[in-house]
Amino acid sequence: MLGLGVGSLWLSIIVLLPIAAVAAKSLDGGFGAFWDAVTTPAARSALGLTLVASAIVALVSAVTGTLIAWVLVRDEFPGKRLVNALIDLPFAIPTIVASIVLLTLYGSDSPLGLHLIATRPIIVIALLFVTLPFVVRSVQPVLMEADREAEQAAATLGASNLTIFRRIILPTIGPALLSGIGLAFARAIGEYGSVVLVDGNIPQKTQVTSQYIQGRLESNQDGVVDVGAAANSIVLLLIAVVVLLALRIAASRGSRHHAR
Amino acid sequence: MSDPVTTEPTGGDAAPTEITGDTSLIADAGSHAIVVTGLNKHYGDYHALRDVDITIPNGSLTALLGPSGSGKSTLLRAIAGLEVPDEGTVVIGGEDVTFIPPQRREIGFVFQHYAAFKHMNVRDNVGFGPSIRKQPKSEIRERVDELLEIVGLAGYQERYPSQLSGGQRQRMALARALAVQPKVLLLDEPFGALDAKVREDLRAWLRRLQAETGVTTVLVTHDQEEALDVADHIAVLNAGAIEQWGTPREVYETPANEFVMTFLGPTATLEGKLVRPHDLVLSLEQIEDAVPVTVVRVVHLGFEVRVELEDRDGNQLSAQTTRGEAARLDLDVGQAVFVRTGHPPFPVDAPA
Repeated sequence: MLGLGVGSLWLSIIVLLPIAAVAAKSLDGGFGAFWDAVTTPAARSALGLTLVASAIVALVSAVTGTLIAWVLVRDEFPGKRLVNALIDLPFAIPTIVASIVLLTLYGSDSPLGLHLIATRPIIVIALLFVTLPFVVRSVQPVLMEADREAEQAAATLGASNLTIFRRIILPTIGPALLSGIGLAFARAIGEYGSVVLVDGNIPQKTQVTSQYIQGRLESNQDGVVDVGAAANSIVLLLIAVVVLLALRIAASRGSRHHAR
Repeated sequence: MSDPVTTEPTGGDAAPTEITGDTSLIADAGSHAIVVTGLNKHYGDYHALRDVDITIPNGSLTALLGPSGSGKSTLLRAIAGLEVPDEGTVVIGGEDVTFIPPQRREIGFVFQHYAAFKHMNVRDNVGFGPSIRKQPKSEIRERVDELLEIVGLAGYQERYPSQLSGGQRQRMALARALAVQPKVLLLDEPFGALDAKVREDLRAWLRRLQAETGVTTVLVTHDQEEALDVADHIAVLNAGAIEQWGTPREVYETPANEFVMTFLGPTATLEGKLVRPHDLVLSLEQIEDAVPVTVVRVVHLGFEVRVELEDRDGNQLSAQTTRGEAARLDLDVGQAVFVRTGHPPFPVDAPA
């Protein structure tokens, strides 16, 4: 009981209370003001860009993350442990460092000759970088536990490698994959640090919601959180919660019968 | 207690005692011999198979018997195409399949740990092979129902593997393997993960199913009793090579070497010769070349009585006799008796 009490209290102080404060602030001027704040052309454009970029990132991450997890679990190659450790790098380094790396790589003196600063593709690249570990680290342990003999059984029954992946492996890693996708998406929609130096922050063009919120705060001389900043934050929060919940429900449906 | 998950549509874990259902579904898969020639397989420095030659006759039930690491599973997996041999050929039903992947070998394979598709119910597990072959749904449904009838799982169609006992899962795996009408059925320690009672029921049931369908079957086991019980031919493997091939009676009664002798059952050493404990005859007087020994312990094991003995040099051996014989001799610990063999012994120093 003590554990439950401490846990609830901690969760309340650290998570729920701040969220409640922002939610209250967002409704300072009533629901009309909230709606106006999130439907300004700049806010709508920023949200659209944020969602599309995050969706692309989540889908690309699903494919590449599964592939990387597969290689790390099933293949043997020199330097495997190093590569495995490298996966966590985007978690470990400050996101502003990621932004600087991208600025160096794709800026005006790009060693690659690629000038992507203040374009939409650089946002996707930055988000791909910071969300890399989510799908890999979700899928990897499930793949390690997967019953290889079930795959061999499918092969003896005539299933091609593609069929084995589609009908045996994918359903097995499905719940973990969905959870990885959800985490990557949720992280991507709120990402700020890795895009701040590279996306140019051009309203209605390359400005994502997190930067729009930052812009609202800066325009307020006394640094007070206004309805515009709070309302757009709440929208991001709601989207993240809904996506995570929906994927969790989908995952638990899929894994109903996996327990041995 | 009407929860559909916990009620048992048929007899729970026990295998059905009779073969019900239309076994002609699998009978036409009958006559395909397996011929393996000069098979070699290395894992790094480890020589898993050494020049293995074996012919498994049409319609037989052959056991590959050996201790762990003897290469019996590797041999079975090479026949299935799950392992690629370094050298040698595998021929199934007259067709050289050495370089054909498992998908196109038309085999049925059953794994020790069931290899169930955990996210599919029993119907979809068993129907997996036919669905790959794009058979019409109604046909698959009918076939699955009949196969489940044969393996005694009628009524379990909607269950998931996690809702089945070990014996039931293995029968589902067997139905799944049979659903593709395999040329040969390959079983890798199929009863190894099951309780003793379930294991015995299931192997008796497998024996009947195999006799009825005539599908050429190869079963890997490390349990000599299982091999003697279920197989009509036994290949005894040791260290990657086949030590002996023959009927259960041949390998038991005329073992080719000391390894086969000791692996197939208990042995005792008398005057430097390996004998079966049940071939030792005890007497109170010295008859012919009987050896004088002392009784160390008398153990009553139901019908059998095991008499532990010690000869004059201090060597221990045990003799197996019947309750009646033990009563007639009225043996006491410390008593001096004589022992001889009632069966030609196997010379220990024979070439391996």
